[in-house]
Amino acid sequence: MIYLDHNATTPLHPKALEAMEPYLRGRWANPSSPYRFGQEARAAVDGARARIADAVGCRPAELVFTSGGTEADNLALRGVRGGPIVTTAIEHHAVLNTCKALESEGRRVTYVPVRPTGVVDMSALAENLTPETVLVSVMHANNETGVLQPVEEIGRMARSRGILFHTDAVQTAGKLPGRLADLGADLVSISAHKLYGPKGIGALYVREGTSLHPILTGGPHERGLRAGTEDVAAIVGFAEAMALACEAADAESRRLGELRDRFERRVTRGMGGVKINGAQAPRVPNTSSLSFQSVDGESIVLDLDLQGICVSTGSACATGEPEPSHVLLAMGLSEREAQGTARVSLGKDTRPDDLDKAAEALTRCVERLRRISSEVRI
Amino acid sequence: MAPDPSGPVLFYNETIIEHFTKPRNVGELDPRDTDGVGLVGDPACGDQMRLWICVRSGRVARIAFKSLGCPGAIATSSMLTVLAEGRTLEEAKKITDDDVIEALGGIPEKKKHCSLLGVRALQAAIADYEKRRAP
Repeated sequence: MIYLDHNATTPLHPKALEAMEPYLRGRWANPSSPYRFGQEARAAVDGARARIADAVGCRPAELVFTSGGTEADNLALRGVRGGPIVTTAIEHHAVLNTCKALESEGRRVTYVPVRPTGVVDMSALAENLTPETVLVSVMHANNETGVLQPVEEIGRMARSRGILFHTDAVQTAGKLPGRLADLGADLVSISAHKLYGPKGIGALYVREGTSLHPILTGGPHERGLRAGTEDVAAIVGFAEAMALACEAADAESRRLGELRDRFERRVTRGMGGVKINGAQAPRVPNTSSLSFQSVDGESIVLDLDLQGICVSTGSACATGEPEPSHVLLAMGLSEREAQGTARVSLGKDTRPDDLDKAAEALTRCVERLRRISSEVRI
Repeated sequence: MAPDPSGPVLFYNETIIEHFTKPRNVGELDPRDTDGVGLVGDPACGDQMRLWICVRSGRVARIAFKSLGCPGAIATSSMLTVLAEGRTLEEAKKITDDDVIEALGGIPEKKKHCSLLGVRALQAAIADYEKRRAP
């Protein structure tokens, strides 16, 4: 199998699994228990928190463990109460559908458009910030196209107006070098399973001094911001994976960028009627979103799957929905173009010959589907 | 346990996959052999289909199609041509979406609208044939 869907999820790093094992076997105590058995689990949680903080460049107390990126997004959006929220048209469903839910509860939310490059329209963003706005939420990198948003600039813009800034950095944490705190956000969502950690664990970075309300009530866990007994093994695995990912981020992002560019050259050289979405903007180096004229993305996914190659149409969360990608439509693609899109996302185990095979298979697959296609030839 | 056909992910059965990888009757009929053409599109998902029929002695003697769409659209188009080939026009007109879905052994719930295309394209091609013959 050639797995090229790392933006959906990544394999668990063997070292993360190794780090987790003791907490799934003998050290299963509740970290809130007062006896030494419990204190051992508490020490593991504290140690993991410190390790992640060190890897991403923040204070341990600024990390709130959650069940993943979706919960971290929910905590940020629902935890900042009060006035209107400004976000973008291309956010992940974890943000978009949470905003829609908040709207149905009477909250005002504005969805700022993006330019055809996939980058948020900064003047539209600025125009939509009002004195009442309490929160701006803009993702760091888009999960479908990989396009990076100017978060530092957005952070400055928000801070100068006293507005809190949240960014979903699920697609960049552990992939790009740099400190979380340098993103200029007050709240940052991260997820373990996108960086070779276990599923079911993530965190929200909450900048010191940021006022936030919990969305889950119960015990005093996570400084009162997230009730519920900690998943010690998952937290330990998250820390191990994060430390390894951050250590490798610099070299790995360069390696993947070169591979991705080579892949795109091969595919575009081999055929006409193909467009790379977001290619004019800075992107995370592992992601390629390709729109093929006269074919359907889902047919590409199935055809490649039958050859042992895993790619996706866009967001894994939207698979099976007949609606075209909201991200691509926001970038100005037609519905037909958006439907003809495949997303290829590379990871640490991606080797050059795997990608060459994938480029070759993709080219043949699009040629086959175009022979079946009823649309006018290219 | 069988995958939930109404679930968030699409799972196609082997028959559908077989018709997707090796669709029957793909292509175009020579204009000289073409007695009717149907072109239909699904505005919901942007799928489209073209279908050609050659009618001899009141039967669908030959049929060909081209489809732009998801695996469900391609497989249902292919199966429809199999069901229609050799039938009288009256029989062909009576083919329903359910007939196509049944012949394929079921299709994911969210993909049922794809099966509409084939039946509609065939009906359009037959209507075209009848229009061409009308005095």
